[in-house]
Amino acid sequence: MTQVTLAELCIFACSEAFRNNGEIIATGVGPVPRLAAGLAKLTHSPELMMTDGEAYLVEQPVPLGPRGYDDRKAAGYLPFSRFFDAAVWTGRRHAMVSPTQIDRFGQINLSQLGGTHRQPKTQMLGVRGFPGNTIYHPNSFFFPGHTTRVFVAGEVDMVSGVGYNPAKRVPGGNYSAVDLRTIVTNLCVMDFGGPDHAIRVISLHPGVTFAEVQEATGFALIDAVAGETALPDAEALAIIASLDPHNIRASVIKDNPPARKAAA
Amino acid sequence: MTMLDKRMTPAEIVGQLSDGMTLGIGGWGPRRKPMALVREILRSDLKDLTVVAYGGADVGMLCAAGKVRKLVFAFVSLDAIPLEPWFRKSREAGQIQVLELDEGMFQWGLKAAAFGLPFLPTRVGLGTDLAELGGLKTVQSPYADGETLIAMPALKLDAALLHVNRSDWRGNIQAFGPDVYYDEWFARAAAKTYVSCEELVDRMEDHYPGDAQANIVERAFISGVSHIPCGAHPSSMPPAYGWDMKAFKAYADAAKDPGDWAAVRDRFVGASEEAYLAGFGGKEAVTALPLPIF
Repeated sequence: MTQVTLAELCIFACSEAFRNNGEIIATGVGPVPRLAAGLAKLTHSPELMMTDGEAYLVEQPVPLGPRGYDDRKAAGYLPFSRFFDAAVWTGRRHAMVSPTQIDRFGQINLSQLGGTHRQPKTQMLGVRGFPGNTIYHPNSFFFPGHTTRVFVAGEVDMVSGVGYNPAKRVPGGNYSAVDLRTIVTNLCVMDFGGPDHAIRVISLHPGVTFAEVQEATGFALIDAVAGETALPDAEALAIIASLDPHNIRASVIKDNPPARKAAA
Repeated sequence: MTMLDKRMTPAEIVGQLSDGMTLGIGGWGPRRKPMALVREILRSDLKDLTVVAYGGADVGMLCAAGKVRKLVFAFVSLDAIPLEPWFRKSREAGQIQVLELDEGMFQWGLKAAAFGLPFLPTRVGLGTDLAELGGLKTVQSPYADGETLIAMPALKLDAALLHVNRSDWRGNIQAFGPDVYYDEWFARAAAKTYVSCEELVDRMEDHYPGDAQANIVERAFISGVSHIPCGAHPSSMPPAYGWDMKAFKAYADAAKDPGDWAAVRDRFVGASEEAYLAGFGGKEAVTALPLPIF
């Protein structure tokens, strides 16, 4: 049997974030989160809704990569032109995304690095929909490379998404829907279950130690490790392969390592 | 009396615009962009624009050409080429002012403008850097809840540009494709809206009465119509054609080498629309571009 890859383990771990979410739009941006949402829908959570990545709601997740334009079978319609009315601003969505930076408060940045707002050192995408997503519906994150450049000390360079930073909360605002759920990286699975939503490590991928994770993180983590991150079973692997026929997942994590490191 | 024949040349449309205007551009990233009208602006002396757009190469080109004084944006991206390189250069050189917004706040601002309101309240932006960086104020609900909300200011546009699938000379437009994004709201937020179209007919009711539901905004909002087949190239215009990723790639690469807009302007703007299209294989090549897969 082919070895399970770390990317596949991450897809399996990410798919757990979509369990028991109810009838909401599951959005996975990027290959691993998208495959995770599809896997969740085809296994434990058929009630999930999702789009073809363009404008149509599909009951059969659309595979990644080249395909016939009309291969996706539309069951419903959710274009950008009504995305805020229907999905985001009603809270009926859970997005899993990969920002450039995240800090100890769960504040995220997709906009710019360094410099000033007038003249950033590095301009990225812009805040996109992060400010609305984070104040209205649940969000989770996937990072293929867990480093101190991503998990930054202090705060992110530009706060593009709401976190649990009390200093950022304008008094009188309604933050009741801020709901940061799961962080999956190439090293571990984390959540926001510590005191004041502090970030905790809840499982380590095979062969990874808490010290390694802490070393790769710019702020203090809580050790709440309950065990090793579960490997996907044969059914999950088969579904992942069917949703990713071109093996795009192999390009997500550097060198596409196996889930379980070879014994040294 | 209102002029019902709204046909104009691209140059006549650009002639209606003036320096310092606030200009909305429809479409989304590399999709449904009125690129031929943008190219016509790039051929003109127009300057100091405030551009309001879900940005793609329209924003990148206008920034590269020094036409933009201020940009109102939530992102600028070519999808498969996530970071728009000419926009980045402009930002990293500190050449433009910006008002950075969330995608949802952006359309909320267009709706405020459309309804003639000074602002519309929203939770979006609270807890982020947007309000402080953009000078956005808060407002308190006068009802028992007393909630504090961001007052998203109206994004009033002096003019908006759209590219649509069909129009007649009175401005009865039809827009197809799986998603028309916020084109309707750009038109409603603007004092004047000018459209380019793939197909121009004399009287819509004589040709396509069965497609009237594709009339996403009423003709009262349309001030000018120009027939420009392939006018969205290199962006996508479903169902007519997909985006031209090869052209986007060449455009993106040119931001690094030679890195000078003046040196590549001819290729990506051209002296005329005919010359421009010829450089990318003409209408035949454009209409053969497959629709993008997501």
